[in-house]
Amino acid sequence: MSDSEEAVTAEEQPSTVPAGIAAARAALADVPAEPGVPKLDPILNATGVRRAFGGLVAVDVAHLEVQRGAITALIGPNGAGKTTFFNLLTGFDRPNRGEWVFDGRRADRMRSYQVARAGMVRTFQLTKALTRMTVMDNMLIGAADQVGEGFWAGLVHPLWKRQEAANREKALVLLERFKLIDKRDDYAGELSGGQRKLLEMARALMLNPRMVMLDEPMAGVNPALKQSLLEHIKDLREEGMTVLFVEHDMDMVHEIADWVAVMAAGELITEGTPDQISADRRVIDAYLGAHHDAAER
Amino acid sequence: MDWHFVFSQALTQAIGPTMLVYALAAIGLNLQFGYTGLLNFGQAAFAAMGAYGLAIGVVVLDLPFWWGIGLGLASAVVLALLLGIPTLRLRADYLAIVTIAAAEIVRRTARATGLSEYTGGSDGMRGFSEPFFAMNPYPSEATWTFLFASMDGGRLKLDFLLFDLQYSNRDLWVMTVGWVLVAFFLVLLGLLVRSPWGRVLKGIREDEEAVRSLGKNVFAYKMQALVIGGLIGAVAGFLFALSRANVQPDTFITDFTFYLYVIIILGGAARLFGPVLGAALFWFLYSFLSQGLNQGIRSGAIPEDWLSATQVGPLVFFLVGLSMVLLLIYRPQGILGDRRELTLDVR
Ligand SMILES: Nc1ncnc2c1ncn2[C@@H]1O[C@H](COP(=O)(O)OP(=O)(O)O)[C@@H](O)[C@H]1O
Ligand SMILES: [Mg+2]
Repeated sequence: MSDSEEAVTAEEQPSTVPAGIAAARAALADVPAEPGVPKLDPILNATGVRRAFGGLVAVDVAHLEVQRGAITALIGPNGAGKTTFFNLLTGFDRPNRGEWVFDGRRADRMRSYQVARAGMVRTFQLTKALTRMTVMDNMLIGAADQVGEGFWAGLVHPLWKRQEAANREKALVLLERFKLIDKRDDYAGELSGGQRKLLEMARALMLNPRMVMLDEPMAGVNPALKQSLLEHIKDLREEGMTVLFVEHDMDMVHEIADWVAVMAAGELITEGTPDQISADRRVIDAYLGAHHDAAER
Repeated sequence: MDWHFVFSQALTQAIGPTMLVYALAAIGLNLQFGYTGLLNFGQAAFAAMGAYGLAIGVVVLDLPFWWGIGLGLASAVVLALLLGIPTLRLRADYLAIVTIAAAEIVRRTARATGLSEYTGGSDGMRGFSEPFFAMNPYPSEATWTFLFASMDGGRLKLDFLLFDLQYSNRDLWVMTVGWVLVAFFLVLLGLLVRSPWGRVLKGIREDEEAVRSLGKNVFAYKMQALVIGGLIGAVAGFLFALSRANVQPDTFITDFTFYLYVIIILGGAARLFGPVLGAALFWFLYSFLSQGLNQGIRSGAIPEDWLSATQVGPLVFFLVGLSMVLLLIYRPQGILGDRRELTLDVR
């Protein structure tokens, strides 16, 4: 698509065009805007995912592929099934049926902690900071493959002290980047709502994920922090991570998403670039049908 | 009114054998409840596993003493697995319901007439503690005096003028073993809760879904905490049985577990020394009130028509309860707790 070049230059990144966004936009440039459309290099490939709560079908997604290295927004009115779909993909809920492959591995039978270890790490719509632990401990608990997390090894400090020191270094770098460095010894429960969102995202990065799933990362965050959250999400793409995030605000989606998938009443009704989606009648109908005000664009 | 006697009794209890039983059981429960957030309301059942495992092993199965200890520990592990496997994947309250029921099942099984051949029924069991007291290094016949300490026919008396502490040589042996065990488990837990392993437990207490989303096998950690806390509970059960040289089913009533919660909250949950301090305070308070009221009645300081000797017991529990309420109002974090933690906005 020819307007992908424009989108790149409109970014507020200095001088050179960041490689991540260029690659993501190029990979999605020729993908037609249809629900379930195949991608060049999908990191996630889900088919026939269905979850019903009693008589209510919360999720019934026929097919979805998520392009590796791109930022994909998942939008849809309240109750569309976005959170439920996230829960299914990350092993926090079980589908009635459906299968999906994450990064070359069948993931629909994995437990939530196995999904995280496989490289798909999520955050929650209602932030889950570990409140009576320090910000630093919140970060350290995120690190993967810790020797000292075994019962016997935990008893023997020399076995894990070097790894712990390395994790602490890594945590400090991330806290610096997310502007939480001054809070490192505070309890996470002392942070503001927006800072907790930042902490949750920083903590997820301690696992070196390949795909980050953010459920409404911008909800309840003040405008100043919103901007910095946006920048952090763009940075993830530049580091080669894939991002799938839920968001209501089409302005935000326009600013950072390379691709948009739209859910309504549990189904994937359409996909496309942000421009295609905001011009799509079905999307506007879906939102207006739900008396939602986030689709004014 | 004999204040010297009241203080002596209270302080003797505050560091004595029974206090040590409660301190040990509370240390195990502190790992489960304080650090991991597991609502185990059946710590009495784990203590019963230890006590009955030892007694049945030695008396009924005719095993050597240490095999009896092994049987008690193994029973506690089996109980932890039985309770944990079906409940630890579910919401926290399921464990609470199942453990409180299991504790009653264990106690009622132990006192069932049909099984009295194996468990002694409501009379309990004796005759398993000889090997333990055969190891007692404190002589039963010694008599000497040294500064403020004196030994009279195996009974040690430490005279601090305002009060004195007196223990039989059997008490001394139980206390020696008990304090060594307390020290051992405090060191063990101290190492554990400062390790990444302990950090995962605290994370689970705060929000287990968050910890799961970070790639930790939450079920396995909860199970480990349940087993280890249960094993420490079984060790408390050994000490309980040995200190009295018998086991009684009704010592393992649910009240036992509730007192452990009182002790933990008193000392400060998720504080390493909380259970020990809490147990000492609990038993000091309990004995001080009972002995004080009894002395008051006996000396006439409390008129007979206000309070009779038979009413002392219930009143003491009322007063212990009242002091808990006052503590929760004025120091809700417990003696060793951090007030800052309670003011946090847990969203
Ligand atoms: N645990 C549950 N039990 C019953 N119904 C649920 C449950 N979770 C979600 N739902 C229902 O499923 C639908 C989709 O919810 P959700 O996935 O939270 O939507 P979204 O995140 O898009 O707002 C809603 O109608 C919601 O009420
Ligand atoms: Mg939602």
